[in-house]
Amino acid sequence: MGSTNSTLLKIPNVEVLMQETGFSPAHIIRLHDRFKALDKEGRGHLCPHDFGAIKELAMNPIGDRIIGAFFSPGKETVDFHTFVKILAHFRPVDKDRPKEPNSPEPINSRSNKLKFAFQLYDQDKDGKISRDELLQVLRAMLGMQVTDEQLESIADRTIQEADLDRDDAISFEEFRKSLEKINIDHKMSIRFLR
Amino acid sequence: MESYLFPFDSLICMLLGISFTVWFTLLLVFIIVPAIFGVSFGIRRLYMKSLIKLFEVSELMLSVSVILQRGSAEPEFDMSDIFYFCRRGVESIVDDEVTKRFTAEELESWNLLTRSNYNFHHISTRLTALWGMGVLIRYGFLLPLRVTLAFTGVGLLVVLTSIVGLFPNGRMKNYLSDKVHLMCYRICIRALTAIITYHDSENKPKNGGICVANHTSPIDVIILASDGCYAMVGQVHGGLMGVIQRAMVKACPHIWFERSEVKDRHLVAKRLSDHVADESKLPILIFPEGTCINNTSVMMFKKGSFEIGCTVYPVAIKYDPRFGDAFWNSSKFGMVNYLLHMMSSWAIVCSVWYLPPMSRMEGEDAVQFANRVKAAIARKGGLADLLWDGGLKRGKVKEVFKEEQQKLYSKVLVGSSEDRSRS
Repeated sequence: MGSTNSTLLKIPNVEVLMQETGFSPAHIIRLHDRFKALDKEGRGHLCPHDFGAIKELAMNPIGDRIIGAFFSPGKETVDFHTFVKILAHFRPVDKDRPKEPNSPEPINSRSNKLKFAFQLYDQDKDGKISRDELLQVLRAMLGMQVTDEQLESIADRTIQEADLDRDDAISFEEFRKSLEKINIDHKMSIRFLR
Repeated sequence: MESYLFPFDSLICMLLGISFTVWFTLLLVFIIVPAIFGVSFGIRRLYMKSLIKLFEVSELMLSVSVILQRGSAEPEFDMSDIFYFCRRGVESIVDDEVTKRFTAEELESWNLLTRSNYNFHHISTRLTALWGMGVLIRYGFLLPLRVTLAFTGVGLLVVLTSIVGLFPNGRMKNYLSDKVHLMCYRICIRALTAIITYHDSENKPKNGGICVANHTSPIDVIILASDGCYAMVGQVHGGLMGVIQRAMVKACPHIWFERSEVKDRHLVAKRLSDHVADESKLPILIFPEGTCINNTSVMMFKKGSFEIGCTVYPVAIKYDPRFGDAFWNSSKFGMVNYLLHMMSSWAIVCSVWYLPPMSRMEGEDAVQFANRVKAAIARKGGLADLLWDGGLKRGKVKEVFKEEQQKLYSKVLVGSSEDRSRS
């Protein structure tokens, strides 16, 4: 395994990374190659501009929100470790993993996947999805296919169904409850990252 | 009555005759002649680009319709709808030019083939109309065209290699044999509407070496052989395949084994080494996985080909599943069924990477060498590097691996009991 080992050695703290994220060495190497390909100027970290250069991401209705998910508040760059950790959210759930009581929750658990999706809605990070934030997302996803009135009524109905404590906003718990029956693993996983 | 029908009759005949001639001329000019000379008008690439646009349009229609048509009159929204876009976005971050789509088993966007339509029922009339038109085009126009080309290609291969076989051995014969093989494989490529991108052609296999590639379908052979000349290895078949094999071997030395010889590992190894030792013979093409894998992973390479001790030229082949799934599940479909499937798909798009040659290093045994080559191929083609033996599809786990696991387990047991006794 000569060439693969030497690449792994170049990545600092790669053992810790593999343990935290659950990625195999082969995946880490692929992601490292991809990271280097995105980092066109070879600075060792990515900025929002590098993500914006991905054509399909630019065409995605919520592309900018996804890019925002990689950058923690205040930070302008993302290094390889953070890149991998965020992508670890999209690993399919390990069904045969033994449940150790004291180990931290894996990054790709159902709860963490839901948290990732929640932050795509909750842009001001106040822990709640307000009516305005919901409208913004709806507008982004549906584009010009629906009228303003339809948009408003969709938002109203969604909040009505999900908002249990009647504060006109959806908290994370209410979000989680409304998605009880959805197969999160199927919808929020990328199969090749298994 | 009869005189009334006569002019009508001859008019139809004339029309048929003219259309047949036009059809044949077009075929010849646009497909067969470029195949002979190895040039391309770029028609297939144009076709591929328009197909991609078509899929994008249908995908847009599908995604919006799915979201809008849940429920009766009012478009209903679900909080989970964001997952679709989120996942697509992250997929585009993770994917790169080298590996486009990994969801060969389940396509997010429907490529208008019913066989890949699992969850999408009648969603919108426009989409169904598009699909209907697609069926007409594929079965009414593309399939007959492709079958004609396939017959032409195979027929020419048999006839021309037999003719070349009449020549005395020498440079002229080799030259002609190369040209004939290349030409016929190129016609077969066009028969499948295969759009292939070759990368790193400077690493193409040379004489006296072995070319090793991952295996997804029998088409792999045609794809590689249309870009270079190889000596094929395989079992002797009966019927049409047998005819083709016998004709091919007249023009240049291929290695065909009888069924009984295949079991004898030493005999196989000897024949391969003899062939490789002869510098004038073409590089051997081998698929070490031994069975067709569904093109998302590279399974274990059998070590036989790596024991011969010559230069190995690895090649990675990756199919783009958007245009049609090239995987052949031989336990489910027969060869003819599979070929029909292939010929009624939109196209077969794939990428081929020629990797730099590798040789066995000091102190490395055949299995380690095989793993090293496999890892290189998996990495280049973006295929997940799996440890499983591809033969598992048909057989049981080899005893060696079971033993390894038993050894590990016993070490754990014995180790822990030792600790206990010490404390």
